[in-house]
Amino acid sequence: MSGKERRVGLFVTCLVDLLRPEIGFASVRLLEMAGCTVVVPSTQTCCGQPAWNAGADDHARALARQTIDAFAGLDYVVAPSGSCAGTIKRHYPTMLADDAAYAAKARDLADRTYELSAFLVRICGMNDLTARTDTKITYHDSCSSLRDLGVRNEPRALLAQIAGTELCELSDGEVCCGFGGMFSAKYPEISTHMADNKLADVESTGAEMLVGNDLGCLMHLEARAKHQKRNLRVRHIAEFLCEAMPEPDTGKV
Amino acid sequence: MSADPRQFKQAASQALKNPRLQTALGRIKSHFVHKRAEAVERFGAFEALRHEGHAIRDRAIANLDMLLVQFEDSVRARGGQVHWARDADEARQAVADILRQAGARTVIKGKSMVTEEIGLNDFLEREGFTPVETDLGEYIVQLRHEAPSHIIAPAFHLNKEDIAQTFREAHTGLAPERALVERSALVAEARQILRRQFESADAGITGANFLTAAEGAAVLVTNEGNGDLSRLLPRTHIVVTGIEKVVANLSEASVLLRLLTRSATGQEITSYVTIMAGPVADDAAANTATRDFHVVLIDNGRSDLLGTEAQDALRCIRCAACLNHCPVYGAIGGHAYGATYPGPIGAALNPGLIGLADACHHPNASTFCGRCAEVCPVEIPLPQIMRSWRAREYEAEPRAGARKIGFTLWAFVARRPALYRFATRIAARMIPYLGHMPLTAAPLLAGWLNGRTLPRANGHTFHDLWRQRQ
Repeated sequence: MSGKERRVGLFVTCLVDLLRPEIGFASVRLLEMAGCTVVVPSTQTCCGQPAWNAGADDHARALARQTIDAFAGLDYVVAPSGSCAGTIKRHYPTMLADDAAYAAKARDLADRTYELSAFLVRICGMNDLTARTDTKITYHDSCSSLRDLGVRNEPRALLAQIAGTELCELSDGEVCCGFGGMFSAKYPEISTHMADNKLADVESTGAEMLVGNDLGCLMHLEARAKHQKRNLRVRHIAEFLCEAMPEPDTGKV
Repeated sequence: MSADPRQFKQAASQALKNPRLQTALGRIKSHFVHKRAEAVERFGAFEALRHEGHAIRDRAIANLDMLLVQFEDSVRARGGQVHWARDADEARQAVADILRQAGARTVIKGKSMVTEEIGLNDFLEREGFTPVETDLGEYIVQLRHEAPSHIIAPAFHLNKEDIAQTFREAHTGLAPERALVERSALVAEARQILRRQFESADAGITGANFLTAAEGAAVLVTNEGNGDLSRLLPRTHIVVTGIEKVVANLSEASVLLRLLTRSATGQEITSYVTIMAGPVADDAAANTATRDFHVVLIDNGRSDLLGTEAQDALRCIRCAACLNHCPVYGAIGGHAYGATYPGPIGAALNPGLIGLADACHHPNASTFCGRCAEVCPVEIPLPQIMRSWRAREYEAEPRAGARKIGFTLWAFVARRPALYRFATRIAARMIPYLGHMPLTAAPLLAGWLNGRTLPRANGHTFHDLWRQRQ
């Protein structure tokens, strides 16, 4: 399949839609650079993960069916989030296993769905970004990327293409940052304690910027760092890559 | 000692502010996580071993009824007795009856979480017996009138200094000016005190890591040898354990042993592995008829998990790897859970053992980071089980409950993309001002902003900007 034939549906994710549309535009730019035709179905809303994790199964299933319909007919679905991609890829088939009309569709969508960095590296073979930024960064793997999707090398393969970037790895990279969706609101003290551990780890790397692929984790860590007046810049990997490239197009109006 | 699992949030809050506890919890990484990782690395094919352990435990749970009956027959054939207990009360009574018949007063105990689960020590004391814990960690928490905070390291929440102080307060017969700084001094002192207890005890109670149906044996691992002494020295030995511990035979138990010790402490094998089958055979000088061996098998909610989504939790071999790798356990320790089994395995088991209403926080207090399932030696899908308890909790909630109304409203909007665009457009504009708004009507949002300051937000939704760009 040559590049232009790849029709990719962007699953924007609730958080990117609501808080940081720049990440959505950066994702579109990267996908287009990789030769994909990007479609943003207007009937998408939320993947249903908050409901599924809370045990509100009927609501979760309804949103899963809606997402399946929204992305029908596209070659791939790409989300700039391990968490949302993980929900579609790992949990939709379980969620809809007993749904006669949607079980097969759920498995089909799961097969076509990727987290952004995994898609760019595994499917598009992106290996020649011309970009430069003289920044010392560290990278936060979201738990869903690591353990639901097995995505660890792909974001690093992209970061390695940016000249001047020094990646300083965390010493406890496998440990959760404490976001956990509703967990961060229901148990804020435990959640921020875990954030403090992560931020201490970030600080000990000497990095000036924290890069990751899940806005949930990043918002949580950035909000905690800001609360403590820590001097830390936080970027989604799509933003980081695009900001390092000439003529950044981040969708600002 | 009595703890209330419904007070989880308050207890967690206290734990986070307790510097001594935080110092102790800081040792989890070097003490457990690194050692396990090294042991797994040295072993090599650990994943294949996990699959094998998973299959062995699944077969055992699927054939639980037959294996238990076979186990009872095998124990009897060796001259032992099996006592069945449906719940904690029956189990406590069974133990007390055995002790009374044996004329026992002082009872030495090896480490057993099941006896914690049924509150055996308090009960025995009320009935006039004197139970003495002989595992060092258990002995320490018994002196402090505390519950274990970790399923394999009962006193993990304590530092050396805490233990020294406890010993000074309890061992009043010893010289007050003695040095109790080194770990070795603490161990030596406990050993000296406990040795007298071992010699004078009338009965011994131990737990079991595995029961083997074919041989009628209970398999026990310890690093202190106190399990052996608890069995060998007194006339009466009682094994108290859960019905789910049974496996087909010793050969299967040996596979699980390799998983257990590596997952728990990173050891290839513990200092002692005791296979306890039937009454202890006395030497020629003594009369074998004076020795007896009992196994008290406890259900206490376990069989209710069969056929449910939580059934897989019955595979558990109590290695504590899930606790050691849980970031929530690592932040608050075990006591905050207010239940015998803390951490992820507690979150999977407790709603079944003590009821969902009491244990409601346990399956909720997880980010679903998945590390527990990743390290579990028998591949229990712990987050999946926690999620199933959340679903049951949600199901049981009244329709007019705040959470149900919240989700229904949210789903109503999210299932109507046009309405969702409208709602998010307004929300996106409001977000930059959230920090300056009263949030009493939005407790979750207020919770989120407690200790966090919302960073920059665009003010427009992606979908609006995208439509403008097209």
